[in-house]
Amino acid sequence: MRPSLKPKPFLRSTRVHEVCGPAAFAFAALCAGKQALWIREAWLADIVLPQGMEIYGAPSGILLARPASQIDALAVAEEALKDGAAPFVILEITRPLDLREGRRLQLAAKAGGTTGLCIIPEGMGSNAAETRWRATPVFDPDREDSTLMRWESIKNKSGTLGVWYVRWDPQTHHLHVVPPVGLQPGSAGLPE
Amino acid sequence: MWFPRLASNRVLRGCPSETPFALIRKDANAERLYCLNEAAQSLGLHRGMSLADARALCPDLRSQPARPDLDARFLGVLRRWAMRYCPWVGREGEDGLVLDVTGSTHLWGGEETMLGDMRAAMARAGVALRLGLAATRGASWARAHYGEEADLAQLPVAALRVDTETVTALQRLGLRTIGDLQGAARAPLARRFGLELLLRLDQAMGAVPEPVTPEAEPPHYATRMTLPEPIGLVTDVMGVTERLLKPLCAKLLAQHMGARRLTLTLRRVDQASQQVELRLAAPMRDAARILPLFQRGVDTVDAGFGIDMMRLEAVQVEPLAVQQIGSADHSADQLNDLITRIGTRIGLENIQRFQPTDSHIPERSFLTVPATHSLPASGWQVPRPRPITLFPPEPIMAKGAEPPARFRWRRMAFTTGRATGPERIAPEWWREDPAWASGLRDYWRIDTREGRRLWLFYTPQKPGWYVQGEFA
Repeated sequence: MRPSLKPKPFLRSTRVHEVCGPAAFAFAALCAGKQALWIREAWLADIVLPQGMEIYGAPSGILLARPASQIDALAVAEEALKDGAAPFVILEITRPLDLREGRRLQLAAKAGGTTGLCIIPEGMGSNAAETRWRATPVFDPDREDSTLMRWESIKNKSGTLGVWYVRWDPQTHHLHVVPPVGLQPGSAGLPE
Repeated sequence: MWFPRLASNRVLRGCPSETPFALIRKDANAERLYCLNEAAQSLGLHRGMSLADARALCPDLRSQPARPDLDARFLGVLRRWAMRYCPWVGREGEDGLVLDVTGSTHLWGGEETMLGDMRAAMARAGVALRLGLAATRGASWARAHYGEEADLAQLPVAALRVDTETVTALQRLGLRTIGDLQGAARAPLARRFGLELLLRLDQAMGAVPEPVTPEAEPPHYATRMTLPEPIGLVTDVMGVTERLLKPLCAKLLAQHMGARRLTLTLRRVDQASQQVELRLAAPMRDAARILPLFQRGVDTVDAGFGIDMMRLEAVQVEPLAVQQIGSADHSADQLNDLITRIGTRIGLENIQRFQPTDSHIPERSFLTVPATHSLPASGWQVPRPRPITLFPPEPIMAKGAEPPARFRWRRMAFTTGRATGPERIAPEWWREDPAWASGLRDYWRIDTREGRRLWLFYTPQKPGWYVQGEFA
């Protein structure tokens, strides 16, 4: 039997988390759920395609904020985290945060009872982050249009680190933790 | 008050000229004269003439398309001005006003001086004016149009505001003046022409009352407060704002409106004034919710030596129906408040929502529209898997129509593990798009052995391979 879990609980609420790696967008879209604010600086040329997000949850609940600079982006993120109207806030980081900025986001999330997620480029993590994840897609020889990913917890302030291989089931909207490719079943446990 | 040349007077007030001038209106595919100035009329042109005929008579005729909407607004301005004579002013057709001056003539020193004042004012303004003063509305209309001092019985039947067919028929019967009509038997007239004619006659004679309907002033959503002593503290300014907001919101509630944009003007003792603008994500009239949204704007105000006058105006209002209280869902309100607060910092149009559109081109298959003017969209159709990120196409070295077994992209080497496709997407020929100038595209989803799942396309009309997106 495959263990499965709802996508949310492994990111502690009232905290701000970080994710990096090539599958960071999928990680974020998966965590976003029904209602989220996605903060993306206006000059970023890449397009986040709502049709691609659709398998992880409805893109209609996502509000997109396009601030002009990272200063504005941080202000918007702090405001939204503190307010609590959007339970999940995704922030794309383009330069590393210092401790003060990271800490302010943490305090805002605590005040508003919301969860934040920063999508960071590799190696731009902030010391204030609660957890940091690296999400990489994994080749799945068995299935077409697979969403097999490797989630590695590379920082955790209140728990252990670990590696999980997960697959998203778009039909049931469940996240399945699967054994790594080439290993025996049972070698992976639930993330905490 | 009849303004016989309202439309052309409105245009010529800005640039007075003595040359023939006419406004043109398109009527049944022919351009016809709509309103002329005096110079044009003296040359024999008349209203309703076609423009070609008028040009033949008068080659140097200047013309301009008519703007009935601006004319109506100009008449509204004149109506407001006419309120100085009496409080009871209504519109009479497209080019007239009707004033019920009963009881207010003595304030101007009698009827003659009042009419003189009206004439002088309109002459100064450059608007032609014909006045008719009588005991009934119908009679004053007749005098304004057919002779100001005339005896009503001597005026032609057309002065009764009846249509031209009736007028022609009455003239054939030998009834040329109103006096003739009064003398005729009523029953045959009613049988032949209907009750309309007799009603008009009775209205002119005063047998049937015809009230003047004054227009209501459009509600004005602004409040102001002058302070005996200048204030400078943020809490004081917010306190005054709260006291300004309450009557404003009460007024909005009474009119079933909600404010969309508010401007707070603060005048300092040195006469300089500053404005705080607040744009709201949704129409609102709840003072308790609007007040905290002003905080950020008020914080930036420089009070100088103090503020002694404040004015709050709802610049933009929208209809907002009354809602049942109690079981309403407050999460939408909360979200709107958040959007407003963020919007004051980054601009309200920079907060967007996705909306699906009908296009096969991946970049154009959705729209981002401002969240303030849209609702969450449903009905996302994803017949084929789409990548989560799209970037401008990046060329890779590969040959042939089949996906390459090995390729390099962004300085990384990849081995194709599985290729799914192709999905052919044709450019939209009805749209000029330089990005799609290379023609058809065959899209492949490539699962690489290294893990990354990329969206590649091949352009058969101009052979080449590109990476455009990434699945996750």
